[in-house]
Amino acid sequence: MAKIIVVTSGKGGVGKTTTSAAIGTGLALRGHKTVIVDFDVGLRNLDLIMGCERRVVYDFVNVVNEEANLQQALIKDKRLENLYVLAASQTRDKDALTQDGVEKVLTELAKDFDFVICDSPAGIEKGASLAMYFADEAIVVTNPEVSSVRDSDRMLGLLSSKSRRAANNEEPIKEHLLLTRYNPERVSKGEMLGVEDVEEILAIRLLGVIPESTAVLKASNSGVPVILDDQSDAGQAYSDAVDRLLGKEMPHRFLDVKKKGWMERLFGGRE
Amino acid sequence: MNIFDFFRDRKKGNTASVAKERLQIIVAHERGQRNTPDYLPALQKELVEVIRKYVAIDNDDVHVALENQGSCSILELNITLPDR
Repeated sequence: MAKIIVVTSGKGGVGKTTTSAAIGTGLALRGHKTVIVDFDVGLRNLDLIMGCERRVVYDFVNVVNEEANLQQALIKDKRLENLYVLAASQTRDKDALTQDGVEKVLTELAKDFDFVICDSPAGIEKGASLAMYFADEAIVVTNPEVSSVRDSDRMLGLLSSKSRRAANNEEPIKEHLLLTRYNPERVSKGEMLGVEDVEEILAIRLLGVIPESTAVLKASNSGVPVILDDQSDAGQAYSDAVDRLLGKEMPHRFLDVKKKGWMERLFGGRE
Repeated sequence: MNIFDFFRDRKKGNTASVAKERLQIIVAHERGQRNTPDYLPALQKELVEVIRKYVAIDNDDVHVALENQGSCSILELNITLPDR
């Protein structure tokens, strides 16, 4: 039986899809059979970040409507043995996904996989609420910035009230905070909320801190999940987060300002 | 950054702590509202209409709040009547 994990945030552009791709890939790297499901109907993008956009034939909505079966719609990753992607549909029909349809697909996926990662769309509309409804755990992606933190808190409220677990009076969804686009230098200058600040406001366990990094854009440019760039700070930070998700204790890295040498100070460093 | 900026920076308040303070206030406020049932605004509106049949009041003069204390809920109504 798979563990269903939703990656959500409320606010757009904070790194949900980047995170879904990285965490999903990280789980597969560690030998867990994983599928990443794009819930952003009409604005499909996970396929681009995963680099499989040209191999999408059938999508999530096709499976819900029984125009294709799951085996036809699942896209197998070219790099990793046990990693799959289920693309979102590009239809403009907002009601293409129904709760029953999503439940049917997720139940079938849960039989076959160890982890199902649900990449939620931004906002609190239907797509976002369906992405979280069946989840066992949630990764709340937050930027150290006021609107993102406030929206994350709103999502935490929805996670605790509008889910299958809440409806059935089961143990609540386990919530994790993932702080992304973190810039230690700006934090030290007092220009950006620090990890402790965001932790204190949201009061959920910290899964990881991903530093603002040039590697993220480079990775998405080439359709490679950033976690596969194991030389990069963001890749390593995601890797630690995956280990923590699996229950390992890992110290947090990349929280402090890198010390510049005097040569670098003089001539400026290049990434 | 030159040497003058360095001194100026120290004096200026840091914006991160402003952000934190603002967030703590708004988040606490919104969490308080989160558990209130959806019918409260409608209830408030209808109450205003009923009271207005007898006394001239403003929309803001009626406050409705629901408080949960353990197993019992208290519906609190606060109506400010105008000066006679």
